[in-house]
Amino acid sequence: MKRILILASALFLLTGCSNNWGWYVVDPTTTSGWNNLKFMASGAYYTIIMSLTAICISVIVGLLVALPGLSDKRGWRMFNRTYVEIVRAVPILVLILWVYYGLPALSGITLNVFWAGVLALALSDSAFQAEIFRAGIQSIARGQYEAAQSISLNYRDTMRYVILPQAIRRILPALGNQLVYMLKMSSLVSVIGLQELTRKANELVVSEYRPLEIYTILVLEYLVLILIVSAGVRWLERRMKASDT
Amino acid sequence: MTIISMRNVSKFFGDFQALKDVSLDVALGERVVVCGPSGSGKSTLIRCINRLEAHEQGEIIVDGTTLTDKADDLDKIRGTVGMVFQQFNLFPHLTVLENLCLGPRRVLGLSDADARARAMDYLERVQIPDQADKFPRQLSGGQQQRVAIARSLCMEPRILLFDEPTSALDPEMIAEVLDVMTELASSGMTMIVVTHEMGFARRVADRMVFMDKGEIVEIGASEDVFTAPKSKRFAKFIKQILNH
Repeated sequence: MKRILILASALFLLTGCSNNWGWYVVDPTTTSGWNNLKFMASGAYYTIIMSLTAICISVIVGLLVALPGLSDKRGWRMFNRTYVEIVRAVPILVLILWVYYGLPALSGITLNVFWAGVLALALSDSAFQAEIFRAGIQSIARGQYEAAQSISLNYRDTMRYVILPQAIRRILPALGNQLVYMLKMSSLVSVIGLQELTRKANELVVSEYRPLEIYTILVLEYLVLILIVSAGVRWLERRMKASDT
Repeated sequence: MTIISMRNVSKFFGDFQALKDVSLDVALGERVVVCGPSGSGKSTLIRCINRLEAHEQGEIIVDGTTLTDKADDLDKIRGTVGMVFQQFNLFPHLTVLENLCLGPRRVLGLSDADARARAMDYLERVQIPDQADKFPRQLSGGQQQRVAIARSLCMEPRILLFDEPTSALDPEMIAEVLDVMTELASSGMTMIVVTHEMGFARRVADRMVFMDKGEIVEIGASEDVFTAPKSKRFAKFIKQILNH
C-alpha cells in the first residue's frame, strides 16, 4: 500500500511539474494510447523468459565452476580462478555483441537473438554465481563434511544431501540479487534486436517521438518486475526459515 | 582378536608433531578410554583411525585393512568405523529420521522403508523415538548427541569412536549420553572414547590410555591405572580431574 502511494505521488510530480509532458501517447483511455501501452508491455515476455532461462543456466554453470574452486588440487583451483577472472572482466554489452556477431564467425554456429542473449547473460552472470556458491559452500562448518565422511557418504552425495541444501539457504538472498541484475542487464540485449521491453520502448520512441513519457513507462515496467522478484525471494526465504523450525 | 593396530604412528600439523611414534592395539569388543590434557593428541589419535586425519609415518590396520589414500579402502574403513563428535555434527536441515536414514539409504542401499525401520530401532535404543520428526535444533544437547550416536549405529559399524562426546553438554545432560554409551558397551561394541569422565572410564573401560604431548604416557587395565598410576604425569592429571 505504501509502495503504491509513493508511486502515485511520483507520477503526480512527473505530470504536475511541467507542461512539456504529453501523456496522450500512453493514455489508456484512448485507442492509440492503449495500443501503445500494450505494445510496450508485450516486451515483458522476452525480458522475463530470457532472464529466467539465463539465470537457470548461470546457476548451474556457476555451481560447476565453484566446485573445482574448493578442491585441494591446485590445477582445479586455477581453472576456477581463470574462468572467474576472465568472464568477470568482459563488459556485458561487449559479450552480447561478441556472442551474436563474433561467435558465428568463429564456430559456424549461428544463434538467434534470443539464444545469443541468453548465452551472453548466462556466461557473464555465471562468474558471479560461482563466487557466490564458493562463499556459500565455504561457510558450511568443517564438521558437516566430517559427519558425512564418517557415515561413508561419497563426494557427490555429501554435496547433494548435506552441503548444498545448507549452502543454498544461505546464499538465497544473493541469488535473488543476481536475478534482479539479470532482469536489468537483459535490457542490453535490445542492441541486437530482441523484442524485449527496452527494444519495444525504443521502437515506440522512433514512431511517436515522446521519449520522456515512453521511457518513464519503461522505468516503471522494470520497477514492477523487480519488486515482484524481490517479494518472491523474500517469500521463499521466509518459507525456508519456517521449514527449519 | 586385534581389530585396530597402530604401529609407530606419527602425525604432523606443519611443524607441530601431534602424534609421536604412537603404538596401540585394540581387541574386538574392547572398551578403551583415552584421556589427557588438551592438545595431547587424543582427538588426533582417534581421528586417524577413521582417517579424518591422514598419518604421515607408521602403519594403521583396521579390521585387516591398512589405511592408505585408496578410495576403496577408505570406504571399507568408514563402513567399519563409526564416529561421534563433540559438536554432534547433525545435519541441521534434515529431521532426526532423515539424519539417520541418509547413510543407510545412500551408502548401504537400503529401501526407504527398511532404512526407516532401522532408524526407528536405533532411536528406540537411544530412547528418543518420539523425536523422529523434529529438527536437530529443536532438541536438547543431550538428545542431539543421542541422535548422533544412533546415526552412527544405523551404519552398523564394528567400532565406534567417541571424540569428547559430553564436553559440549550441560552437566544435567551428560548422564543420559553416558547411559546410552554404557548400554552400548555392555552389548559388546568395540569402543574408543576420548573423555574426561573418569567415573564412566572406571565403570566401563577395559583399558585406559593416558596421552600427553602426542605420546602415550601410560596404558593399562583401568582398575590398575586408577589405583596405582605408574607415571607422575598421569597421577597428577587424575588428581586434578578428580579434585575439581
